[in-house]
Amino acid sequence: MTEIPTSRHSAFHVLTGLFSLPAGARIGVGPMIAAVILVVIVLATLLAPFYVPYDPLSMDAMGRLKPPSEAHILGTDPYGRDIFSRVMMGGRVSLLIGVGAALVSIAVGLMIGLVAGFFRAADGIIMRIMDSLMAIPAILLAIALVALNGPSLSSVIIAITVPEVPRVVRLVRSVVLSAREEPYVEAAIALGSSMPKILIQHLMPNTFAPLIVQGTYICASAILIEAILSFLGAGVSTEIPTWGNIMAEGRTYFQIKPGLIFWPGLMLSLCILAINLLGDTARDLLDPRMKKREG
Amino acid sequence: MELKSRDFSDAKRVLKIRKLEVGLTGRPDAVHVLNEIDLDIRAGETHCLVGESGSGKSVTSLAAMGLLPKDALEIRGGLIDLQGFEITNATAAQMRELRARRIAMIFQEPMTALNPVLRVGEQIEEVLNMHTDLSQSEAKKRTIDIMEQVHLPDVERIYSAFPHQLSGGQRQRIMIAMALILDPDLLIADEPTTALDVTTQLQILKLIAEMQERQGTAVLFITHDMGVVAEIADTVSVMQKGRIVERAPIRDLLKNPQEDYTKKLLSAVPNLTPRSARDVSGKKDVVAVEDLNMTYGGGGLFRKSDEVKAARDVNFSIAPGRTLGIVGESGSGKSTVARCIMRLIDPTAGKITVAGHEIAKLTRRQLQPHRKHLQIVFQDPYRSLNPRWTVARSLCEGPINFGTSREEAMEKAAELMELVDLPRDALARYPHQFSGGQRQRIAIARAVAMKPDLLVADEAVSALDVSVQAQVLDLLDDIQEKFGVAMLFITHDLRVAAQICDEVLVMQRGQVVEHGPAGRVLSDPHHDYTRNLIEAAPGRHWDFANFRALESAPGHQGAIA
Repeated sequence: MTEIPTSRHSAFHVLTGLFSLPAGARIGVGPMIAAVILVVIVLATLLAPFYVPYDPLSMDAMGRLKPPSEAHILGTDPYGRDIFSRVMMGGRVSLLIGVGAALVSIAVGLMIGLVAGFFRAADGIIMRIMDSLMAIPAILLAIALVALNGPSLSSVIIAITVPEVPRVVRLVRSVVLSAREEPYVEAAIALGSSMPKILIQHLMPNTFAPLIVQGTYICASAILIEAILSFLGAGVSTEIPTWGNIMAEGRTYFQIKPGLIFWPGLMLSLCILAINLLGDTARDLLDPRMKKREG
Repeated sequence: MELKSRDFSDAKRVLKIRKLEVGLTGRPDAVHVLNEIDLDIRAGETHCLVGESGSGKSVTSLAAMGLLPKDALEIRGGLIDLQGFEITNATAAQMRELRARRIAMIFQEPMTALNPVLRVGEQIEEVLNMHTDLSQSEAKKRTIDIMEQVHLPDVERIYSAFPHQLSGGQRQRIMIAMALILDPDLLIADEPTTALDVTTQLQILKLIAEMQERQGTAVLFITHDMGVVAEIADTVSVMQKGRIVERAPIRDLLKNPQEDYTKKLLSAVPNLTPRSARDVSGKKDVVAVEDLNMTYGGGGLFRKSDEVKAARDVNFSIAPGRTLGIVGESGSGKSTVARCIMRLIDPTAGKITVAGHEIAKLTRRQLQPHRKHLQIVFQDPYRSLNPRWTVARSLCEGPINFGTSREEAMEKAAELMELVDLPRDALARYPHQFSGGQRQRIAIARAVAMKPDLLVADEAVSALDVSVQAQVLDLLDDIQEKFGVAMLFITHDLRVAAQICDEVLVMQRGQVVEHGPAGRVLSDPHHDYTRNLIEAAPGRHWDFANFRALESAPGHQGAIA
C-alpha cells in the first residue's frame, strides 16, 4: 500500500473547491472594512421598513425643506418627505437592481457561453450576436425601453442586463475553450459521457470562480447605471425611491439643501466601493496562480 | 562505454558550497528544503546533480545563482563561495554584475526563457550591452561569432529571427550562446535537454561538452536522467529529500554505488535490451488499423491553407494480451494515431476496427456504445483527473454511463483501488491529495474499470520519476496479464519501449518507417532513422540496473566510440 499524505482541507472545503483559500492567504484590512460596510448597508436597507420613522412617500406641505432635527434626522425634502426614510428605503430598490441584474446576466450568459464554448458550430453565430449586443449602450436602451413601456423596475433591469450578458458570455466561453482541452475532459469523452453531462459536470464548475468576480462588478455597475438612469428620468418611476431618483429630485435644491444629494450619494459610493473592493479580493484569492499546488 | 571520470583535484576550485541550509520563508520551524549541502566544482569539471523531482536539485542551483524566490525560500545558513566571492551575502547589484560574467544559467524550456518579441540576435547582444562597453559593431561581431561557435546554421538569418521561428534545439543553442558569450567560470544547466528529442539532446550535450573544453568552464548539470549523467558527468552528487546522499566520480557511482538510494535509483532505469516477446496467442486481433490518414488544415473559406499530414497510411493490428509500441520524436504523429483510434479526433481516411466493429466513420452518437472497448491513459497525471471530483466519482463515471448502478460501480471502484495498490479509503479523496504516480494509478484504474479490449497509453509514464515509472510499468504489465487487454503504448523513450513492448512501430513525420518485433527493431534496426534514435539514446552502453557496461550495446555497432 502506498502512503497518501493527509490534507489540510476539510471535506467541505475540497467539495466546493472554490472557497478553499490558498495556504497563507491573508485577507487585508481594506477588504475586511469593505465587507463590514457592505453587510451594514445591506442589513440596514433590508430592515428599513421596520425602523424608518416615516413613510418615504408621505408628503407634508408644512414641513418642506426642514433642516435636520429630532423629528427628521436628516431633514426633509421639497415635498416634506423624511430624507432618512427615503434614503434607507431607496437603498432596497438600488440593491435589488444590482443583485438582480448580476444574477440575470450571469444566468443567461452562463448558458449561452457554455454552448458557444463547447459547440464549434454554434460558436461563430452566437459570438457575432453577442458582439452586436455589446454595441448597444445601456443608457440608450433604457431610454428606448422606458419610452415604450414606461418607467419600471423590469425595464431598468433589462436595460442593464442586455449589454452585460455578452461580457459574461465571453468570459464563460473562454474558460470553457481552455477547459475542454484538458485531458480529464477527453477522458470523460472516452468514458462515454454524454455532451450535457460533460458540459454541466466537468466544464461548468470551472466557470464559477471567474463568474463570482464578474458578478460583483456587474452588481456595482448596475447600481451605478440605475442611479444614472433615474437621474436622467429614464429609471424607476419616482413613486419608488431609489438612490438615483432621490438625487435627481434633489439636484434643483442642491444649493439650499445639499443633504438631498449628499446622503444618497454617500451610500451609493460606499456601497460600490465596498463591492468593487470585495470583487478585487475575490479575484486575487480565486486566481489559480495564487493557489499553490498541494498534496 | 567510455565514461569521463577525469580527475580534477588539481584544478582551480570555482564553486564551493558548505553546509548550505535553505528553508521556507517565514517558517523557521518547518523542515528545511536543503540540508547541509556541500559541493565543490572545479574548473573544467562537469558535476551532475541527480535526484527525483522534489529532491532539491533546482533549489540548489537557484541558491547558487542568488535567484531563490524571496517570498518562498530563504537561505538559513552555510556558505556559497564563487572563487572567493561570497554569494550568500551579495547585494542585488553585485549579483547582477556576477551573473553572465562569471556564472551563467540555462534552463529547461528555451521557449519561455527567451523573450518572444525580440530577435534572438538582439537578445544575445543585450548581454554584451549590459556588461561590456563594446561598440555596436563589435557587439554584433561577437554575437555572430558565438552563434557560429554553437553551430547554428545560417547565422545571419537566425540572428534576425524570433524565437518561435526556431526549433527547440536551435533555441537551446541560443540560450547556450547567451550563457557563454562572456566566458563565465561556472555554467549551471538545469535540465537543459529534458524538453528536447533524443537526437537533439545528443547534439546539445556534445555542444556543452565542446564549449566546456574550449573555455574551461565548470558545469553544474542538473538532470533526472541517468543516461544523460553517464554521457557527460565527471562527478555525480545524488540528492534525496534536500540532502546529498552520495557523491562519487561517475565510474565509481555507476559500478559500485554505496547508498541504497543510489542503488534503487540506478536499478529503476529501464534497460535498452528488449524484453522477450510474449507468445502470439493465436487469438483474433482485437484492434486493426488500415491505411489510417490524418491531415490537419487544408480548409479555409477563401483559400486553401497548408495541409499537414500528421499520419500517412498507418497499418497495424494488436492481438489480445500483447503490446504494440509506437516510438518517434515529437511531431512524428504518434499521438495523432492514438487520438484517432480513441476517436478524440476524426481521421481523414482509413479504417479502425475494434472488437469487430469499424469505428472510424461513426458519428458521436453511434460511437457511444463502442467507447467502452477503448480506453486511454494520458501523460500528465495532474491534468487527467477532474480536480473537483473525488476518486470514487471519477472511477464510477464510466461504468454508470454504461448502465451500471451506483452501488455496483462503487463496489467495483473499491476492488480497482486494490488492483492498483491504493488503500480503499482513498476513494473519498481528491486528486490533489495524491502524488503523480498515485494519480497515474487512479487514471489506469479508471480506464480498467470499463474492461476495455484496448488500452492506449499516451506517454503514460513520461512525466514520472524513474522509480515510480518502473512501478507503473509493472502495474500495466500485471493488468495486461490479468485481463488480457491489448495495449497501444505511445512513447518517445526507447528504454521504456524496450521494457514493455512486444512489437514496435517507429514513426517519422507521420510515416511508419519500421515495424516489427521489439527485439528485432531495437537490436537490428533496418531504417536509418531507427538507428539514429537508438544511437542517440543517452547512456545506451551502460546497464544501469546491473552496475556494468553492456557487452553488446543495442543498435548498430561502433557508431560512437
